[in-house]
Amino acid sequence: MTMLLSSVAERVYWFARYVERVENTARMILVNNNLLLDMPRNSTLGWAPIVSITGLAEKFYESHKEANERNVMRFLVMDPANQSCMLCSLAHARENLRTSRAIFPRAVWETLNDLYTYTKENKSSVLTRRERYHFMQHVIDSCHLISGKLSASMSHDQIYEFVRMGRNIERADMTSRVIDVRADNLLPKHDEELKPFDDIQWKSVLDSLAGYQMYRRYVHVRVRGVEVLRYLLQDIYFPRAIHHCFNQAEQCLRNLPMNEAPQYALVKAQRLVRNARVERIAHHKLNDFINQLQLAIIDINSELTSTYFEGKEVSPALYYAMPHELATA
Amino acid sequence: MAITWKNYSSGDSFDEMITPGGRARTGAGKIVQYLRGLSDGDLRERREAAELAMHVMGITFTVYSEEGGIDRVWPFDIIPRIISAREWRRTDEGLQQRVQALNMFIADLYDEQRIIEDGVFPREVLEQSVNYREQCIGIKPALGVWAHICGSDLVRDSDGTMYVLEDNLRVPSGVSYMLENRLVMKRVFPELFEDYSILPVDGYSTRLFDMLASLSPRPADYPTIVVLTPGIYNSAYFEHSYLAQQMGVELVSGSDLFVGDDDCVYMRTINGRAQVDVIYRRVDDLYLDPEVFIADSVLGVPGIMRAWRKGKVAIANAPGAGVADDKVVYAYVPEMIRYYLDQEPILQNVPTYLCMDKEQREYVLANLDKLVVKPANESGGYGMMVGPAASKKTHKEFADLIKKNPRNYIAQPTLSLSTSPTLCDGHVEPRHIDLRPFILSGENSHVTRGGLTRVALKKGSLVVNSSQGGGSKDTWIVETGGR
Repeated sequence: MTMLLSSVAERVYWFARYVERVENTARMILVNNNLLLDMPRNSTLGWAPIVSITGLAEKFYESHKEANERNVMRFLVMDPANQSCMLCSLAHARENLRTSRAIFPRAVWETLNDLYTYTKENKSSVLTRRERYHFMQHVIDSCHLISGKLSASMSHDQIYEFVRMGRNIERADMTSRVIDVRADNLLPKHDEELKPFDDIQWKSVLDSLAGYQMYRRYVHVRVRGVEVLRYLLQDIYFPRAIHHCFNQAEQCLRNLPMNEAPQYALVKAQRLVRNARVERIAHHKLNDFINQLQLAIIDINSELTSTYFEGKEVSPALYYAMPHELATA
Repeated sequence: MAITWKNYSSGDSFDEMITPGGRARTGAGKIVQYLRGLSDGDLRERREAAELAMHVMGITFTVYSEEGGIDRVWPFDIIPRIISAREWRRTDEGLQQRVQALNMFIADLYDEQRIIEDGVFPREVLEQSVNYREQCIGIKPALGVWAHICGSDLVRDSDGTMYVLEDNLRVPSGVSYMLENRLVMKRVFPELFEDYSILPVDGYSTRLFDMLASLSPRPADYPTIVVLTPGIYNSAYFEHSYLAQQMGVELVSGSDLFVGDDDCVYMRTINGRAQVDVIYRRVDDLYLDPEVFIADSVLGVPGIMRAWRKGKVAIANAPGAGVADDKVVYAYVPEMIRYYLDQEPILQNVPTYLCMDKEQREYVLANLDKLVVKPANESGGYGMMVGPAASKKTHKEFADLIKKNPRNYIAQPTLSLSTSPTLCDGHVEPRHIDLRPFILSGENSHVTRGGLTRVALKKGSLVVNSSQGGGSKDTWIVETGGR
């Protein structure tokens, strides 16, 4: 019988979250980059919302006056003050993997190591728009390579459940943050009238979650705010829809021992999402709803921690800027 | 230009491969000839292949720097060090004899102290020992063994005699490099393995597992064994994780373990707690239990000494075993062998002057320029002085240190350490080497086939430690047929 140490389970879980976080950050930057090229010159939309999505706006404005492209890029990619920046997340993922090297296929270590080195050596290329695209695309591809190698060459045992769990919780978290910041600015407060640029903005919301193409296939209507929201919250097939992520996490839990408490937290969160009346929250209480959702995710995370990772001394620096500083912008 | 042996000379030192007359020693003929046949390009290619193999296999040790710990590949020389099986059998016997006596000595010190009562070992040496742990008095570890894993350093002087330089009984490291070096050599020189009959080394992990399993307090088919590491910033972390992996046991740090109300040791798993039977600890004993030793240690497990004392868990090496890991105690090992085993020592000690003895101290102080002076309880080559290479000022400093604390210093004649041909910038040059075999003691004892050969890569240097510019070589114990 193999035994899974709590500390190993924890490192594996956070390893998956960090890798997912890096991929999400890269995609978000890429999409915003494209969006800005489409927007009229005097548009107020800039890089500030991206900072808000990370939940670290307060920290950002401690050291920066202005959320301009250069500042935001540095903050998201390489600023040690932001422990969730791409480079720090990769460093944390690498450290977690290094301390559990015996568990992961060697090929995964090599890819992660390459990605870390690449990011470290090329980080300044993100400051120019031309090189940024290539950089972000490479990061996203490498993250997918890691997921692929894990899926194809690692035993799908209890350890792997913690990989999947970490990935899905991080995805749900990211989707809720994107909705919180982007959708809130976009949703018409009074009527259904679409302003000329709303379309492309909604498209970009889907893009930043890699969901535009899938949305078109499944939803069959033009990109409309309420429908996008419904899709991202309640679709059961799309990998980054919150409902789907929770379902996946629940499946993971079924294969783990002593799962009552985390299962309960998860069921509660699922009920919240499934029962949400999207038209209504779209028009009134989106912020409240997202707050509840974020709290539910925090709850799941802390149940996982106390059930499976219990009793570990954990350096706070390794953790997220949780709880989410709700929509400071 | 390929390797030429014509200009190869090791001066006054004994060379392990080439005689002073320029001929290959017993067992080395084929490799000398083989190396002569390789072109510069071949050699470079082999060296690069070895380096690549080390990188791919992730063989590293950790060095500290401003950025925190960094993994480095330990320099590896592709020319093996060769010892004939006939010589090795004798060495093997000598090491087993030595470790058996050391274990009896440690057990005696924590029990009746017969050796002191009988006037063979002076009480004042024990009284001033920094590694004697009073907390261990009266404890009877399984099988009466305290030092389950011992790494003894062997050196060969210019006359060809093999001496024991020191015994490492606390947490000796290096065995993983011995194992990996062999794998690298098999990849790089497969053809040589066809010509030679080289004793295999890779049974070590299995032997280690069996030895640890034999200590389990719960007779079960499959005891739960863990390797306890101080963590990733320890320079031997690679080895800890390597051995855990090879044995198929868990690698844990102190916070993964706790002691329950029943005084058993448990590890925290996602299924709840799981009882641990045997702990192969790579944490120094002072950090092992904050309830008993250093109170603010975060590397250890509170209560683990209690569990050990009650026989609920086995710990290897036993806490307190380091008492014999003292260079003053070392000087008494030949006496111990005679006292406990009633045998003559098979392996010789390096002649050692104890500064605590007035006459010997005076000799040392008068001959600082000829002697090597070592502190009694340091490892890794720290705090020592190589007399002939040191300045007058350093001699003076050490004279003061010795006078201030004579118990803490010993001196030995400067051995010239044997050399072995080593690839340096495409040429073969003699470099000084030592050898660390590992001795396992449980129900039975077992000595590695050879050990880890460390090489001082700097010309003329006698310091082989990895932290100070040393590298390593594969060690071949070869059957030389008939003789």
